[in-house]
Amino acid sequence: MKKVALTLGLLLAAAITGCDSGPSQQSAPVQTLSIKGSDTMVHLVSSWTEEFMKAHADIDVSVTGGGSGTGIASLINGTTDICAASRGMKEKEQNMAKERNISPVEISVARDGIVMVVHPENPVNSLTIDQLRLIYTGKVTNWKEVGGSDTPILLLSRESSSGTFVFFQEHVLNKEDFSSSARLLAGTSALVQSVAADRGAIAYVGLGFAAEAKTSVKTLGVQGADQPNPVLPTEETVRSGAYAVSRPLFFYTNGTPTKTAQQFIDFCLSPAGQQIVRETGYVPVS
Amino acid sequence: MSRSRRLFITDKAMRLLLVSAASTSVLVVCLIFLFLFKEAGPFALSPGLGKLLGSQWIPVSFQEEHFGVGPLLSGSALVTALAMLVTVPISVLAAIYIAEIARPAEREVLKPFIEILASIPSVVLGFFGLLVVAPLIKTLFGLNTGLTALTGALLLSLMAIPTIISLSEDALVSVPYALKNASLALGASHLQTIFRVTLPAALPGIVAAVMLGIGRVIGETMAVLMVTGNSAILTASPLASVRTMTATIAAEMGEVPFGSVHYQALFWIGIILLVITFFLNIIAQRVLKKYGMMK
Repeated sequence: MKKVALTLGLLLAAAITGCDSGPSQQSAPVQTLSIKGSDTMVHLVSSWTEEFMKAHADIDVSVTGGGSGTGIASLINGTTDICAASRGMKEKEQNMAKERNISPVEISVARDGIVMVVHPENPVNSLTIDQLRLIYTGKVTNWKEVGGSDTPILLLSRESSSGTFVFFQEHVLNKEDFSSSARLLAGTSALVQSVAADRGAIAYVGLGFAAEAKTSVKTLGVQGADQPNPVLPTEETVRSGAYAVSRPLFFYTNGTPTKTAQQFIDFCLSPAGQQIVRETGYVPVS
Repeated sequence: MSRSRRLFITDKAMRLLLVSAASTSVLVVCLIFLFLFKEAGPFALSPGLGKLLGSQWIPVSFQEEHFGVGPLLSGSALVTALAMLVTVPISVLAAIYIAEIARPAEREVLKPFIEILASIPSVVLGFFGLLVVAPLIKTLFGLNTGLTALTGALLLSLMAIPTIISLSEDALVSVPYALKNASLALGASHLQTIFRVTLPAALPGIVAAVMLGIGRVIGETMAVLMVTGNSAILTASPLASVRTMTATIAAEMGEVPFGSVHYQALFWIGIILLVITFFLNIIAQRVLKKYGMMK
């Protein structure tokens, strides 16, 4: 009886591992590559993956979002090959990685501009970085204080798991805390929707999303601390850094990338890969 | 091995199998408690449980992180209380109609619909809330956004109504006929009997139903995450945005570095939630048992 059970168990195990390797028509073993992280980058990374897999049928790439924090946490826990992050690793995270013997390698793969959007009927056309900080820390609560009409400001923000949240906090709020009355919404599309519906609303979204939203929201110019005039976010101003609220987008790997990961990264940085960056609304690095 | 001995062993084995199957849920509850405390535990040593008592929830900050569950508790409480204000009258009246007044044919129609309402996935209700209820609240109250505690409460009441109707109806139906007949025989009208005799007699069951409804509502996540705006502020205004405990866990658990203070704080929220629902359930069962309404 025992023997039968053992044999059955072995057979079952064999069947399961057999399934793992997927459709077994190809002779080459299928390699897997997992990419996890920034929600901002999911669209871009999926587009890369699609093209990449056309040329490399033997590599199975899986892409998941969840936020840069999630991606970095996964890299530290060793559950992803590549982490996509829309911000650099924080010191705390680097220490955590060190504790677990993970040595993150940073690769800049594209640039993104964070665009301030408001309701199309809002008369305000641009804000200074200072004004943005006052608005998002809750010190300015009415549009009339920054040259608009007498409308209360409705603050919209991403959830704290978003890389955009942390980047915005660091570079626009000058590391101050967000006003506690900011509504935290789960995704960029929810933000765009709310801004389109609410007259007093202001939100921050990636350049790609603002381009997609087109006329349903209005894009504001931003004037940096040492700039004479407000700058509108465009490909040129984001790449040159003239637009104050722009950021690099990263891949992180643990140590030197594996051969498969390296192949993928090379593709992303190739002219074809960077063309995809442009098509998805981000700004190429090269 | 003799036949009787083999039978004896089989009997024992079967018994063991059945006992372990029956006690799975006990085991799982214990394991969940253990697991929660294991993950949340280190927080009690550093930075200490006092941190949870604050009135600010700012888990991601370059200044100082705050893990006060005050705004989250008040958010959950506000949404739940509002939901119950809407739910209880509707559900109890509906239960009275279904149990005491409706003709069998009407009951045949009403009951399946109530069950369908119970089976709508909460994320679907969330969409409904985002696209229908929130804009409605916005125009109705002249707000600049419809993402409010009230919006969340209305959706939650949709989820609690079926639970409370079904359980209240059970309570009403289980009131002995002798009581109702005695009342009618004394010359009371049908309505007088319902409100003066049947309803008071069924009250413990209805209270228990409401408690189980609260348990359902306080643990609900997706719909409130989508429509309450999720601002962690201490407020009692139905038209302000609130952040509930469940929404906080759902929105933040994905991002936290494993084992960090923030991670442990989220597990403490989980423990608080579990303790609340645990006691609601115990009290409800006590009430039912005391008045002999346990099935």
